[in-house]
Amino acid sequence: MTFRTTALAIALAGFSFAAHAQTQITGAGSTFAAPIYGKWAEAGATATGVKLNYQAIGSGAGINQINNRTVDFGASDMPVKAEDLTAHKLMQFPTVIGGVDIIVNLPGIKANELKLTGPVLADIYLGKITKWNDPEIAKINAGMKLPSLAIATVHRADGSGTTFVFTDYLSMQSAEWKSKVGSSTSVAWPNGAGGKGSDGVAATVQHIPGGIGYDESAYAEQNHLTTALMMNKAGKFVAPTMAAFVAAAGNADWSKVQNFAIDLNDQPGAASWPIESATFVLLPLDPKDEKQSTAVKKFFDWGFEHGDDIATSLLYIPLPQSVHAAIRTAWKAVPGTM
Amino acid sequence: MQQAIIIPASGRARRGFGDAVFATTARASGGLVLLLLGGIILSLFIGGIAAFREFGPGFVFSTEWDPVHQKFGALVSIYGTLITSAIALVLAVPVAFGVAFFLTELAPAWMRRPVGTAIELLAAVPSIIYGMWGFFVIVPIMSSTIQPAIINFFDGIPVLQDLFAGPPFGTGIFTAALILAVMVIPFVAATMRDVFDTVPAVYKESAYGVGCTTWEVMRSIVLPYTRVSVVGGIMLGLGRALGETMAVTFVIGNADRISETVFGSGNTIASIVALEFPESPQGSLKLASLLALGFILFVISFIVLAISRMLLKPKATGG
Repeated sequence: MTFRTTALAIALAGFSFAAHAQTQITGAGSTFAAPIYGKWAEAGATATGVKLNYQAIGSGAGINQINNRTVDFGASDMPVKAEDLTAHKLMQFPTVIGGVDIIVNLPGIKANELKLTGPVLADIYLGKITKWNDPEIAKINAGMKLPSLAIATVHRADGSGTTFVFTDYLSMQSAEWKSKVGSSTSVAWPNGAGGKGSDGVAATVQHIPGGIGYDESAYAEQNHLTTALMMNKAGKFVAPTMAAFVAAAGNADWSKVQNFAIDLNDQPGAASWPIESATFVLLPLDPKDEKQSTAVKKFFDWGFEHGDDIATSLLYIPLPQSVHAAIRTAWKAVPGTM
Repeated sequence: MQQAIIIPASGRARRGFGDAVFATTARASGGLVLLLLGGIILSLFIGGIAAFREFGPGFVFSTEWDPVHQKFGALVSIYGTLITSAIALVLAVPVAFGVAFFLTELAPAWMRRPVGTAIELLAAVPSIIYGMWGFFVIVPIMSSTIQPAIINFFDGIPVLQDLFAGPPFGTGIFTAALILAVMVIPFVAATMRDVFDTVPAVYKESAYGVGCTTWEVMRSIVLPYTRVSVVGGIMLGLGRALGETMAVTFVIGNADRISETVFGSGNTIASIVALEFPESPQGSLKLASLLALGFILFVISFIVLAISRMLLKPKATGG
């Protein structure tokens, strides 16, 4: 604690002159990451002297904006392909991690009681399993009284990073899903209804007995939605808890991936939650103004250094410390100090 | 005396100048509207040309919408747009007619003003409010009560049991049409009421004089006299229904396929554009397809307008 206070004091002293002349940085993209960037900007404003103007317009739109260089950084929930990064002269790094929960509405079944596996979930969304008392579901839920209800699948109607994470997970778990549907921010869903936004999915699931959907873990937690247990790679059924999300992020092998474009779905470890993903920031390698990219780096540096508690309180999962260090090294490729 | 001469002179001069300015401004405004319209159509077409080129005329007839495999077709959303608007009109026009009939012929004088104002207020409610109301109030009622009841009622009757079938999601084509109907009613009702009021009292009095009932007056005097404007009011409502975005997006279920039941999920051109636009990278086929959809919506609105003009023409000269 004292170390932190000292560090803060030093930071304050170091940037005291900068605080007077605030630098404004602009960012655009991911709606998922908007709350944490906003909080980091607020909490770090005095220390960094950076004022953030962030537009939560969606990942795809954020990528468009940074490709056109109309903002200082773009934010995307889906890693950008290596060739696109090269083509648009961008550097990519993750900032925080979010889990995706499976939510259900089954009469008499409480949160974290129902067990599901990846292949079963894929078959449900493919429309191959249509009743809740299907033998495939009954087999993994021995002893539970499952109703003879029709399964009503619910998905995000708007293009969303959450959909990308979810469909990417289903593609890993089911070859049929991968070939028929695939993974993207919006896909051709074989059945079910779409809800607009996280709240739309949650409300639709809650309207329909027999409903199933997916939502960001933070949203599910805050709204006390009925979540389901998922089987992870180690064959264990885990609940969507902070500990399980942290375990998955920690068990992932970050050293092997390029551009930090890691897929955090289905990571090893007995405690790992299988569906989660990092959200990313895109920085131009040829900034118009080096001062701006310095300020962006300063902003995220503060977030990595002091922002883990804020992230946890907002139910995001902070990156492992080793990844923070790797990102700082990678930043050297971006013009501007730091 | 002197003053009296000067003032009209300078006044006339100013009026001449003012006339010129006004005429130019009016002409420019008229021209600007045409220019804007042309510009929007052109930019939509140019933006969507990649999609038309890639898929050809098949774009309009394909039911596929698969962003992963980059295959896009417009039929699902065209169908959704037309069917929701059609059902909405079927539901809205009789109610709107009833409202206008009541307000102009039956309601006691003290009631006309407040009810009329209430209808105009309904027309001013922002569509997002209708969307939220639809999603949080109507959808749960639909899924828990109305849809199961209708599904059970028609169960066993051929054709109808297929039309009203499926899991009661609450959202879907029918709910969207219902919300649209509520949104359209004020427009149509307000227009109808206003035009019913334009019927000269002497016509109606003459009809009553020869012993007509209220309904006969409405059918034989008021409706023929106002037919053109009534159809115009309905077309106004149809125009609103075709392009409505927010309210529909909330309740239509947003699925990229044509359902065989009216309770099934679907989408409309406006809703799919609103939902997919933020996640469409520049230069992508998806963005081109969305712009092409916008162009198609423009064409549909144009066709609707043209048809209404055609329907009105012979009757207008006959009456």
